[in-house]
Amino acid sequence: MQKFNTLKSIPAYLPIVNIDTDMIIPKQFLKTIKRTGLGKNLFFEMRYDDNGKEINDFVLNQEPFNNSKILIAGNNFGCGSSREHAPWALLDFGITCVISSSYADIFYSNCFKNGILPIILEEEKIKELSEYANRKEEIAVDLNDQKIIYGNNEIKFEIDPFKKKCLLEGLDDIALSLKKSDKIQNFENRLKDKRPWVFND
Amino acid sequence: MSTTLYDKIWNDHLVDQQEDGTALLFVDRHLIHEVTSPQAFEGLRNSNRKVRHPNLTLAVADHNVPTTDRTKGISDQESKIQVDTLESNCKEFGVQLFGMDDKRQGIVHIIGPEQGFTQPGTVIVCGDSHTATHGAFGSLAFGIGTSEVEHVLATQTLVQKKAKNFRINVNGTLPLGVTSKDVILQIIGKIGTAGGTGCVVEYAGDLIRSLSVEQRMTICNMTIEGGARAGLIAPDEKIFEYLNGKPMSPKGENWEKALEYWKSLKTDADASFDKEINLNANEILPMITWGTSPQDVITIDEKVPNPQNEKDEDKKNSIERALKYMGLTPDMAATDIKIDKVFIGSCTNGRIEDLREAAKILKDKKISSHVDAIVVPGSGLVKEQAEQEGLDKIFVNSGFEWREPGCSMCLAMNADKLKPEERCASTSNRNFEGRQGRGGRTHLVSPGMAAAAAISGNLDDVRKYQN
Repeated sequence: MQKFNTLKSIPAYLPIVNIDTDMIIPKQFLKTIKRTGLGKNLFFEMRYDDNGKEINDFVLNQEPFNNSKILIAGNNFGCGSSREHAPWALLDFGITCVISSSYADIFYSNCFKNGILPIILEEEKIKELSEYANRKEEIAVDLNDQKIIYGNNEIKFEIDPFKKKCLLEGLDDIALSLKKSDKIQNFENRLKDKRPWVFND
Repeated sequence: MSTTLYDKIWNDHLVDQQEDGTALLFVDRHLIHEVTSPQAFEGLRNSNRKVRHPNLTLAVADHNVPTTDRTKGISDQESKIQVDTLESNCKEFGVQLFGMDDKRQGIVHIIGPEQGFTQPGTVIVCGDSHTATHGAFGSLAFGIGTSEVEHVLATQTLVQKKAKNFRINVNGTLPLGVTSKDVILQIIGKIGTAGGTGCVVEYAGDLIRSLSVEQRMTICNMTIEGGARAGLIAPDEKIFEYLNGKPMSPKGENWEKALEYWKSLKTDADASFDKEINLNANEILPMITWGTSPQDVITIDEKVPNPQNEKDEDKKNSIERALKYMGLTPDMAATDIKIDKVFIGSCTNGRIEDLREAAKILKDKKISSHVDAIVVPGSGLVKEQAEQEGLDKIFVNSGFEWREPGCSMCLAMNADKLKPEERCASTSNRNFEGRQGRGGRTHLVSPGMAAAAAISGNLDDVRKYQN
């Protein structure tokens, strides 16, 4: 997984609440057996018209937002389907940081498996940051110090320490869990004794 | 210390607990399907990893499969590759698969319970958000992403943080024509689509206890639409009876041991919850969704909302956007909404009791001449049972098409989809923009309400058709 450390970009602002993962990447693109190549279909229904032409009004079709690495959006971002194709599509487009006041649980967790940092901020701060999108000015994100730097201001954000470590170091959490194989084995031995039917033998 | 049902299941699955609250949780049951598993298997191959317990995983193709004649296979090439990939991955890694021609094939959340793969007190995961369905059996069941699917395949565990405890009590009895679908729509309307974020919901109260196993599944299924990852109900005699004798249920001595454990699975009387709400079942009416979020609910007696009455700017914009997409005018009556299609099926309402409920309304009636309607049974076994009961004939005689099992028009990955601006009364679980096809307009309803809409040609009150 790609490490996440610091990031600087003009943010794109999508002021819609409850953006679901069907909106982020519609079902017709879930037929892939790969993780890559989904960026061109990110927000497909909002981004292209019936003839497949780009809709100029849509923020990610406009300069300089078509190169944004940071997306600011309304609350409950990523709700609905568990499809990891949603973070894959964001990543493939080039977005590695999302800022919202809240996320759906599965999407939030999926981001961290793909080197994407989902930041939670209060609505007020989001409005403040969205001004930078409107003015096409850069903001910077520093994960190690857990802060966003904009103009002469800074905002701190909260993040789970384990998730932060995984992002900073680009850790493969399967490898981390496999280091606990002894513990898993011990658990399974106890389970065979206590709830033998679980093993489906 | 007093604990909740969720606490108990969590504690019984803790492999490792880190100081920062991150835990490694054992997974007893893993369901996989063709859409969210190929990249997970590819990951295993790339890292030279094996599936730790192949017999704790069960695979089925459901999202992409055609619901029409299957003798010619799948015509859509991409869908075919995905289904074939599932088959070859299962063969390579030794995972049991119900193939497209197996009569046990069906929607992943319908076949799990049917086979007895779903059991109380287990941790069940699947790369699908509607995994919450299995919580009806008193299991901790939730949807995961593909990276987590890979993690479970490789380690039979999952890295998790404990969620909050949220109890929803529903007491009383439901009025005639009102079903568990209406109950869960009402709940989502009340708490909102982010109301359960960070929580595991336990459904309790005498109404919940009075529900059949299948009705409970409908409620738990849509828990994710309220933002909570999992919803569960304490298992009782109905659950034990349902599981007794199922192909993958414990047998003999193991059944007795399992039963003893399962009976212990309930929240202590004095356990505390982080959040709790109460609903009166007697006040619940047949529900419909009017907008593009499952929280956009009204009763069939009500009118579509008017954005002018909303003071909050974000909410007002959201209503305006939804009304525009849905092609509705503010303040119009729910029963004035004319429909083009009806879809009965999905992991929410594709079980035998759902089909019986719809058939009861449709018996000896014809559907409106401008409505196209399909029934997609949730599994091959549901289809077989329905045919034995003659339900297929009732549907066909009324004007419905009788299809092969799968996810179908719930998410429209196969050929079953809405055209732009087509309007559908659907027993599925999501009314998002484009969910059932680009520009398609979805109204979520119960199976009885879907049948009533098919007959009337507009959204209508199922109580009119009750005998």
